[in-house]
Amino acid sequence: MTDQTSDALPAGAGGDPNAPRANPLSRFLTATEIDTRLLGMLAALAIIWIGFHVYGGLANGFAAFLTPRNLWNLSVQTSSVGIMACGMVAVIVTRNIDLSVGSMLGFIAIVMGVVQVNVLPGILGLGHPLIWILAIAVGIGLGALIGGFQGALIAYGQIPAFIVTLGGLLVWRGAAFLVARGETISPVDETFSILGGGPYGAIGSFWSWVVGLAICAAIVLLLVNGRRQRKAFGFPLRPIWAEGVLAAIGCGAVIGAVLLVNAYPWPRGIVRRYAADAGIEIPEGGLFISHGFAIPVLILAAVGIAMHVLMTRTRFGRYVYAIGGNPEAAELAGIDRKWMTIKIFALMGALTGLAAVVASARLGSATNNLGQLDELYVIAAAVIGGTSLAGGVGTIYGAILGALVMQSLQTGMVLIGFDAAVQQVVVGSVLVLAVFLDILYRRRSA
Amino acid sequence: MTTTPLVEMRDISIAFGGIKAVDHVSLDLHAGEVVGLLGHNGAGKSTLIKILSGAYKKDSGTIRVDGKEVEIDSPRDARDLNIETIYQTLALADNLDAASNLFLGRELTNGLGFVDDAKQEAECRKVLARLNPNFKKFNVPVSALSGGQRQSVAIARAVYFNARILIMDEPTAALGVHETKMVADLIDELKAQGLGIFLISHDTREMMELCDRVSVMKNGKMVGTERVEDVTEDDILSMIILGKNPVREAA
Repeated sequence: MTDQTSDALPAGAGGDPNAPRANPLSRFLTATEIDTRLLGMLAALAIIWIGFHVYGGLANGFAAFLTPRNLWNLSVQTSSVGIMACGMVAVIVTRNIDLSVGSMLGFIAIVMGVVQVNVLPGILGLGHPLIWILAIAVGIGLGALIGGFQGALIAYGQIPAFIVTLGGLLVWRGAAFLVARGETISPVDETFSILGGGPYGAIGSFWSWVVGLAICAAIVLLLVNGRRQRKAFGFPLRPIWAEGVLAAIGCGAVIGAVLLVNAYPWPRGIVRRYAADAGIEIPEGGLFISHGFAIPVLILAAVGIAMHVLMTRTRFGRYVYAIGGNPEAAELAGIDRKWMTIKIFALMGALTGLAAVVASARLGSATNNLGQLDELYVIAAAVIGGTSLAGGVGTIYGAILGALVMQSLQTGMVLIGFDAAVQQVVVGSVLVLAVFLDILYRRRSA
Repeated sequence: MTTTPLVEMRDISIAFGGIKAVDHVSLDLHAGEVVGLLGHNGAGKSTLIKILSGAYKKDSGTIRVDGKEVEIDSPRDARDLNIETIYQTLALADNLDAASNLFLGRELTNGLGFVDDAKQEAECRKVLARLNPNFKKFNVPVSALSGGQRQSVAIARAVYFNARILIMDEPTAALGVHETKMVADLIDELKAQGLGIFLISHDTREMMELCDRVSVMKNGKMVGTERVEDVTEDDILSMIILGKNPVREAA
């Protein structure tokens, strides 16, 4: 018995009569069901990366962008904003906004710093293994609490989200100062600091391969399972070659990432110290120890996958999109909009707490200006990633890609030596341009 | 009639900021019966019906279903009593596809608690195949559908879940001749199945054809409820316009 594929259907997959034209590219896109917006973002990212690399080579004689070292650092720098961008998608999809995340990040980081430096060592003893776990729990819990509180003001107080979180932007930044009277709190717990990345905050070559191959297996499994389910219900199927292409692209990207992070070795000084500690003789020509995936990047990946599942496969996610698409209809369908608003802002807050863990761990200390302007980068990441401020539309993978685009621009400009003022001009312009292109795209495809 | 009515609404009142939108109105509905609600814009028809569907909370009065007094505080309560509503605005989330709208608030989930999209789509295809055989656009947001197709989704949502009491607010307002006929046939079919239907429309002639009884409201008050065979279209029009019941006044 042969599978019924959409090749056999006269009008293409999904029964949409005007989708496929003779153009092989559009036929390819229809068959694989790849989001063209996603493709556009990847193209933009490629242009940015290659552009900085080539420009660096021509202007400075040093092409530094497309190196394992830079891309590894880029991935670490994207983590904190990326984690928050996942939550911001849910907030913006429901036609709200959260301007307070940057200040909340600073406040939570300071509180976590105080907890693990000033409070817990006194109770448990310095370096106690529970310290980092409790600090993280406090951070995420506090974030959820603050987010939920702001959500309650928005839902039950009926104060616009813009105002509540604008207030939050000032309140939490001020509170961050008050907690420690402006002092920097350091050093953070040793295990805690691993969560921020750095040589010891990466999982090494072997475990990177384990993670990478596990993700590849998951991709194949998901494709096979999806196909089996569509077949069971007799829905149109993708052609089998399209499934193969999707699997190849997905696994190829993952394996490429593993090769990349494994190509970036520990710096010589760290290797020397590590070798001395472990009693290893460093051979002639040095010891090559791979970083592998950084832990904050794995945290971002886990958050991204969990949020994608939450938004697309659960009732909660379905209600988020329904509220964004038509708030009245959502209420008439029995969805408790107010309670949903609280939950969404609490989720945003919890993710901000997690982002605060990553950001302060990376810095190795907590300062009261940590996360300044992050709210704008987070919102920009979500919006560049295709989240519509009008509500109802937005994806998690888009927001993470958006965060990567923003961070690539900043890193790239630092590498080629643009000063901070130029960076601001470029990042601001790119945000406006990206949204304009998105509007044009939507108008054309509508 | 001697049977217990499916729905009895007694002395229902609701006010918005001092304006009595519904003022001590009583209305009942029996199984297998279509009751039409007529009146000008702002007469209180939609408000009355939204009290029954859980969108508004009444200030006073009682609602009985099968003779038992019930409290309807939310759309969910109404649904639990098998009261389904097709709103004039259709109440569809434009960014979601047909199946997601059909099951909105009542998603089918698998063993792990995840929404079972494949099963939902299969069920959605089944019910729409019956209502509108030409419906093909299952994988696009409903914003991409025509008015008639969107109406099909809204109707499918009401009939899929074994409604016993169906409220239809201007179900044919956005439809062409052919689709209007389809809705009329559906109403007859559902009536034969024993559903009680509240129908709201501006079209007096259509109401005379589809309904067993018509109730006319004006300025939040009930003008009167008559069996269609006892009144003429002119009688109804004068009830709507003058707010007086010629049948009762002549008697």
